[in-house]
Amino acid sequence: MPLPPRSGLYDPQFEHDACGFGFVAQTNGQASHDIVKKGIDILLNLVHRGACGCDPLTGDGAGILIQLPDPFFRRECEASDVELPEAGKYAVGCVFLPRDKHDRRRCMHILEDKIFGTGQRLIGWRDVRVNENALGPMARASAPVIKQVFIGSTADDEATFERKLFVIRKWAERTVRESNMAGRGSFFIPSLSSRTIVYKGLLLAEQLAAFYTELTDPAMVSALAMVHQRFSTNTFPTWELAQPFRMIAHNGEINTVRGNAAWMSAREQLFDEEVFGEDVRQIMPIIAPGGSDSAQLDNVAELLVHAGRSLPHVMMMLVPEAWQNDDQMSQRKRDFYEYHSCLIEPWDGPAALSFTDGKRIGGILDRNGLRPARWTVTKDGLVVVASETGVLDIPPENVERKGRLEPGRMFLVDTEAGRIVEDEEIKDEIARRKPYGRWLRENKIALSEIDASPPTATRREHASLLQRQKAFGYTEEDLRLLMAPMAEKGEEATGSMGTDTPLAVLSDEPQLLFNYFKQHFAQVTNPAIDPIREELVMSLKQYIGGEAQLLLELPDHAQMLELERPVLTNTDIAKLRETHLQQVRQPPTLKMLYPVAEGGAGLKAALDELCRLASQAVHEGQSLVILSDRGSNAEYAPVPSLLGLGAVHHHLMRNGTRMRIGIIVETGEAREVHHFALLVGYGAGAVNPYLAFETIDHLVSSGSYPGLKDPETARKKYVKALDKGLLKVMSKMGISTVQSYHGAQIFEAIGLSPEVIDRYFTGTASRISGIDLDVIAEECRRRHQKAYPQVTQPSPLLELGGQYHFRAQGERHLWNPTTVAKLQHAVRAEDAKSYEEYSRAINTAADGAITLRGLWEFVPGSLPVPLEEVEPATEIVRRFATGAMSFGSISAEAHENLAIAMNRIGGKSNTGEGGEREERYTRDPNGDWRRSAIKQVASARFGVTTDYLVNADELQIKVAQGAKPGEGGQLPGHKVDAIIAKTRHSTPGVTLISPPPHHDIYSIEDLAQLIFDLKMTNPRARISVKLVAEAGVGTVAAGVAKAHADVILIAGHDGGTGASPLTSIKHAGVPWELGIAETHQTLVNNDLRSRVVLQADGQMRTGRDVIIAALLGAEEFGFATAPLVASGCIMMRKCHLNTCPVGIATQDPVLRQKFSGKPEHVIRFMFYVAEEVRTLMASLGFRTMNEMVGRADKLRTRTGSGNWKAERLDFSDVLHVAAPRPGVGLYKCIPQDHGLEKALDNKLLELCEPALARKERVSHSLPIKNVDRTVGAMLAGEVARRYGRNGLPPGTIELHFQGSAGQSFGAFITNGITLELEGDGNDYVGKGMAGGTIVVRAPETATFRAEENILIGNVALYGATSGKAFFAGRAGERFSVRNSGATAVVEGVGDHCCEYMTGGRVLVLGRTGRNFAAGMSGGYAYVFDETGDFEKRCNLGMVELEALSPEDAAFVAALIEEHRDQTGSRRAASLLSDWEKTLPRMLKVVPLEYRRVLEELSRAREKSATSHALPVLQTAGK
Amino acid sequence: MGKVTGFLEFERTDPSKRAVTERVRDYREFELPIVQEELAKQGARCMDCGIPFCNTGCPLGNLIPDWNDHVYKNEAKLASISLHSTNNFPEVTGRICPAPCEAACVLGINDDPVSIKLVERSIADRAFAENFVQPILPKSKTGKTVAVVGSGPAGLAAAQQLARVGHSVTLYERDDRLGGLLTYGIPDFKLEKSLVERRIEQMRAEGVEFRTSADVGGSITGQDLRAKHDAVLLAIGSRKPRDLPVPGRELPGIHYAMDFLTQQNRRVAGDTVPDAGAILATGKNVIVIGGGDTGSDCIGTSHRQGAKSVTSFEIMPRPPEERAAATPWPQWPLMLRTSSSHEEGGARDWSVSTERITGNGRVEALHCVRVEFRAGKFERVAGSEFTLPADLVLLAMGFVHPEREGVVEQLGVELDARGNVRIDKAFMSSVPGVFAAGDCQRGQSLVVWAIADGRRAARGVDQYLMGHSEL
Repeated sequence: MPLPPRSGLYDPQFEHDACGFGFVAQTNGQASHDIVKKGIDILLNLVHRGACGCDPLTGDGAGILIQLPDPFFRRECEASDVELPEAGKYAVGCVFLPRDKHDRRRCMHILEDKIFGTGQRLIGWRDVRVNENALGPMARASAPVIKQVFIGSTADDEATFERKLFVIRKWAERTVRESNMAGRGSFFIPSLSSRTIVYKGLLLAEQLAAFYTELTDPAMVSALAMVHQRFSTNTFPTWELAQPFRMIAHNGEINTVRGNAAWMSAREQLFDEEVFGEDVRQIMPIIAPGGSDSAQLDNVAELLVHAGRSLPHVMMMLVPEAWQNDDQMSQRKRDFYEYHSCLIEPWDGPAALSFTDGKRIGGILDRNGLRPARWTVTKDGLVVVASETGVLDIPPENVERKGRLEPGRMFLVDTEAGRIVEDEEIKDEIARRKPYGRWLRENKIALSEIDASPPTATRREHASLLQRQKAFGYTEEDLRLLMAPMAEKGEEATGSMGTDTPLAVLSDEPQLLFNYFKQHFAQVTNPAIDPIREELVMSLKQYIGGEAQLLLELPDHAQMLELERPVLTNTDIAKLRETHLQQVRQPPTLKMLYPVAEGGAGLKAALDELCRLASQAVHEGQSLVILSDRGSNAEYAPVPSLLGLGAVHHHLMRNGTRMRIGIIVETGEAREVHHFALLVGYGAGAVNPYLAFETIDHLVSSGSYPGLKDPETARKKYVKALDKGLLKVMSKMGISTVQSYHGAQIFEAIGLSPEVIDRYFTGTASRISGIDLDVIAEECRRRHQKAYPQVTQPSPLLELGGQYHFRAQGERHLWNPTTVAKLQHAVRAEDAKSYEEYSRAINTAADGAITLRGLWEFVPGSLPVPLEEVEPATEIVRRFATGAMSFGSISAEAHENLAIAMNRIGGKSNTGEGGEREERYTRDPNGDWRRSAIKQVASARFGVTTDYLVNADELQIKVAQGAKPGEGGQLPGHKVDAIIAKTRHSTPGVTLISPPPHHDIYSIEDLAQLIFDLKMTNPRARISVKLVAEAGVGTVAAGVAKAHADVILIAGHDGGTGASPLTSIKHAGVPWELGIAETHQTLVNNDLRSRVVLQADGQMRTGRDVIIAALLGAEEFGFATAPLVASGCIMMRKCHLNTCPVGIATQDPVLRQKFSGKPEHVIRFMFYVAEEVRTLMASLGFRTMNEMVGRADKLRTRTGSGNWKAERLDFSDVLHVAAPRPGVGLYKCIPQDHGLEKALDNKLLELCEPALARKERVSHSLPIKNVDRTVGAMLAGEVARRYGRNGLPPGTIELHFQGSAGQSFGAFITNGITLELEGDGNDYVGKGMAGGTIVVRAPETATFRAEENILIGNVALYGATSGKAFFAGRAGERFSVRNSGATAVVEGVGDHCCEYMTGGRVLVLGRTGRNFAAGMSGGYAYVFDETGDFEKRCNLGMVELEALSPEDAAFVAALIEEHRDQTGSRRAASLLSDWEKTLPRMLKVVPLEYRRVLEELSRAREKSATSHALPVLQTAGK
Repeated sequence: MGKVTGFLEFERTDPSKRAVTERVRDYREFELPIVQEELAKQGARCMDCGIPFCNTGCPLGNLIPDWNDHVYKNEAKLASISLHSTNNFPEVTGRICPAPCEAACVLGINDDPVSIKLVERSIADRAFAENFVQPILPKSKTGKTVAVVGSGPAGLAAAQQLARVGHSVTLYERDDRLGGLLTYGIPDFKLEKSLVERRIEQMRAEGVEFRTSADVGGSITGQDLRAKHDAVLLAIGSRKPRDLPVPGRELPGIHYAMDFLTQQNRRVAGDTVPDAGAILATGKNVIVIGGGDTGSDCIGTSHRQGAKSVTSFEIMPRPPEERAAATPWPQWPLMLRTSSSHEEGGARDWSVSTERITGNGRVEALHCVRVEFRAGKFERVAGSEFTLPADLVLLAMGFVHPEREGVVEQLGVELDARGNVRIDKAFMSSVPGVFAAGDCQRGQSLVVWAIADGRRAARGVDQYLMGHSEL
């Protein structure tokens, strides 16, 4: 039952899950069997949100939590002559036990022992009635024996009894875990309570009641039922990880869980006996090993409840609202949140949580509101909350109100009080419990409140600046490319074309320890956040100091130092040193220096001493300590700050004193965002980069940077850039607050030895071993020597670096003058010899390997086959694709050149994220085809219309890209010319923003939905999902395979890009070698490999690269930079500046003329590669590509690679060969079952055939349910296929539906289709709408007020390009995100409405949520501002508000009329009837850039009425 | 660096030259300095390439984008520091280098390359003008001594580098003046000798001990050097000229180009050249055989001496006007080059082979034939014979290898197949402690290669002496 152990690169620590959840409750607390039945019904209607693995009969897990059904148990016990005490005085535990009889008896005995041990009374055991025949084979193989234990209470009150039960369970679990029983992994207690009971298992929804047959017993009664259906992206779903847990059920993911868990285990060291008495030792560890993120959250919630807080209080503590930037929140509530942020960091991530203590049941959404949760309250007191609306059939006339959970908000049913308690009320009540505000005022101190001390503090050592810069390894590039732009613009510097330098462990240059770490990022299972446009949820606030015991609630807990951000200026740290405060005594400074001549041993001794001093500081009662590397000299070199910090942090963690002290790092080493992210991520409460500040002062005074005017501003901007950068790094992982990021260790190390990791970076993924302290010390020594040379005067120059731009004197690059020139010559002069030279230079770099694969060689001894028996090159090139490069980032010439080339050879080119011009869909007269076979679907959905989707062989969902995983992008206005704007459905000259997340993929089941949407629209295309390699990508890929992707693309970290922050290019993601190997192994282990095509890409350059990718498990291969180089790219790395001198990455018409690439160049490159592949295949004895896939046994580590640091790398896990189930292939051979045949659209196609075939008008009426998903898309796809972009004449197809529509209702519909829905809709209504009309209204019989009730879910009209939509009710969050042409009317919206919108019109006739129009660069929104406070909820970053002009007024009035006519909206009618009063309250939301561009355009038109040429928009976006 | 859009805004400027009619009347430099304002624009044209092909196109690895940026920003001192960090004598290469960097310039793919050489010279000249060029002294001496033989660009560069890391360096030169080829091989109109002298002044201040008229290989033997010094570095050049073995070669009036050039340099330097051995073009029909840089120098010198006519022949075919397909960017292009001396007049002809020389006691006529290059061999074109009157014939057909007699033989270093000193990666010869740099190990090449070799060999020597190197 437990997860399998680590094997190869599969590691169970990367498990994720997500799902559908819901609950149903009778408000008045009346228990009935009907509630249980309804709970099960909800599950059945959420089936599509769960998943099943390769075994279609085994689900990822499902379960139900209900109140303890006393009638049932009483009857059962009576039957066996057991006497039960009165309800409330006994508890029932649901227990999973080992199948082995002996082990089972031991487990039961242990549990009984703990019952006695806590003084409670064992009543007896019963066998739960189950039907194992209902299980799928995999579930049955791992099924436990399930029994229930009955315990009688000896406690005075219920709370004490529950606490004792908690102790019994934790104690028993630990005892079994620590035993030597073989079956100990099967022991698990899903629930043990006098109030609730859980039935769950490795089940599909429909199997729940079939397996637990007693669930259908009429005596099984409850007033509430909480249900959950799991979609795990873990590869091995297990019985115990099914939900609900004891108190919560969770849909989503806790991104911060690693940090939360680590801090929790540190915090439990502080627990004393005050709350749990002597039992306190028995409940540890609080977080049971092996749990999922949700299970861990449940562990902590339980603890806090048993320690005396109410469950709603606990949920507020753990999942706080975004209070930091909310000026509309009451002071009392803010105080509550702020006080609790001194106790615990948020458990952050996309989360819809339901929770219950058996009496109260509620739901809460995380601060971002990234999971859907809809509620319905009926007139007879039934409350239904679920991921979707429509999960229970409720007659419209019985509905009292409908709504959705809002970000950060709570929804609570109190069955004892018999009512629904509103968010405000419950939170206010909790916030009043203690004088949190006073406690804060009296105890907390903010750094900003401390008076600045005189400048004596800022030590100026400018004379030695250069020397110290050298000692810390500063390079000229650091100054020029990284720091100066930060200090000038207040943001990170941008670069392009990826990275091709060695990994730190392969570099000959001394590398900073920071460079051995790669940032993790969210993909699929949880979304990245847009920290710019959704700033309101982000916070850099940090509280540091010694913590008090979490179980209590005292004023002392607030005795913390509050920091605005984790970066301290030189003045800040001086203040801390010199001010004596109650909260922070003058903190001791511990020196991070070591005698450089003593090498690794000296370094080790210094670290030990540092740890000893830190412990001493704790012992002395210090609450803060400063680790400082100031004071290095000729003898003493700085200890790498991350190493010093990691040593102290983990030392204190290990000895249980970490929570008593805050750590500040004062370092000359940290200068770029990555460094700060690492320091904070490994436990620094704050960082003072003193040398970076001095460096910036010097940059200003040098005069070399005209943009840097005065030091103060420059430093401020630099800090601002760090702030933004940190927010971005956090948000890549979907983490909103620095408190949660702090100590979360969201990194992977590449090239550090286990000794270093285990001791100093405990728990960090590090999969190929690597360097030890001796090598780290040697790298320090080399830097130090530059600063303190023996004979010469130190050079007046810093080292050049050469990391970003090639320098002969600097770091090695794979793309260098030789390789670029050889390749270009080869393809132009058709010179195979030149290709060979190129290939040799890449494959076996003479001066040492640059990539991991460079360290490998083929195992000799294969029996070669004759070359002519190897499959021909013409077949091999069909497996090749070019990378996603948008038309926009590269010129039309370069883009079409790639497409023509790939079409000629039967490979595939990729549109990238930018749409494709219609003309390219048809072949040119000469037979060439400029159409890209792969159409990309990325976060901003530019140009993603229905005809775009149907004109594709493959649809690629870009979840992440190699150069900047977890980040979005931006196409500056000056690159958006008329044609690009047309292709992207935007306005020339207006900047286009691609957000980090797809707003319809916040979770794995969302991805499954998008895959389904695309497949419905174009059933002929295969669906591909692009991921980026990182530790755990295999696990994600397994989920993606279960979500029915046909192709999974794993990109390496080094991929090229048009523009990306430099630190992202360098520090996020890992090489594809690791990603492909992990993914292949995980898919094979899970028996999913044969269902998907695995594609590798990321700086593929040669046939050898292809062979290695295949041996590791890939069967298709992507190339991007290399074909560009073949087309003339000379790695200028200026793509982001539009100045590409060879006409590739530019839209400048003059420069575009310089493009000299030919399709032949690309074709020759592909064939040279294929021929090289064939030659190698022949020598390895392979005749076909397929037989080569996954044969990692053909690879081994090369000896004498020439890399001095690489000797200790260990690739045994990477080169591990995963063995498939007998008879199953290691490449794609089984098609995915997309279930399209079950779709309602099949019927629609039949009904609409007259329209499709003959354009006849058709009109039909049908019922609809929430399980009918993506209704209309298949029909629309067919329309687009037959009639192209223009579709059918308006009104040709009219379809009327009644009921609750499933997700993506009306997705991608086209002109000629009208869908009318009478009922309500779920998420993604009108997604990608490309024409037609959607009307949604409440049923005639409904009595609730439409404009106050929720009608459709989140993210409606995402990426719509045209069409009209009328919604007579409220919509959820993110209405009309990235709309570029649709016109929509809605009667109220949630947060983030019109985000990133670039065109179209949105009219909101009711209340809006916050952050309206964030990142909106085009189109107009009109808002009826009834309460006069819309301005506060609008994000005025890119828009302004104005009154309606007469033209606007006429337009709006007409639109409202149309809305009234279409929907019968009472709201519309009343606004129109009182138009004189309505009009003044109507506001127009106008994007500034859009207006300016339109004005310029119309001026230009006026000037030259004869000319239709667009003006050159010089100033845009500069 | 530079300006992002500089290459789109500004055009390339080549250095202005003094008018032909004026410059052929003296031996002063023909190139004129450029004003800062214009220079900044030339720096601004640099595109700050992701891969600056110039940086590797230059044998020294000059940090061209970096100093282009300094020039653009008018940061003369930083430019000088950056330039000198890879190049000991930029004032030299900035004048006489054929600039392979410009051939590799990315802008040159479809536009005029950045005028790198002009920028280099300007930085160097300004560095001297503003006294940025100062002796660079080591913190301490190592106590090791090194002999450098030959004061051409390789020897000078090596000596300077070695002195800067604390070694006691003695530089032996057999001529009366220092500088080797720089002083006696290159005409003053391309490189005025005061430039070489001021550089040697810097080196003196840095502690290099110079011994001119040192008879190494004669009175000072290789053994003497080894006994006296911890390491020996040969930088003796490739001085054995290629001869023209045809009938009539022995006639008076036929000379090696280097003898002719050296004489004129001596005259310009103020030495008296005895009439007896004087080689002068004045009033003569001059024929220069060999179309390389030396040949071109002979042409320019002949013009200045007042030749009646100047004709130069090259046995290779006439190169194309544009970069030949066989030498694609970023390689050094095979193409027709017109030097300043060519601009000054005279005739050039290609695919010409000299078959014999005739004359009555003195050279009077050259008998030539046109050739075609086929399958690695020159073949006569039948019937294309022609004869040209000649009073002075200068042989500028390159050099074959270093002189073996003397120090090379005395030290017993191994030679390679072409007769050059064989070295390892650290520039050490087969004899431990004996190193070689420049043309004597590489064969006849460019000054910029000589400097590059000198620097690398110095690093090899330092490593050999100290176990590690700060160079």
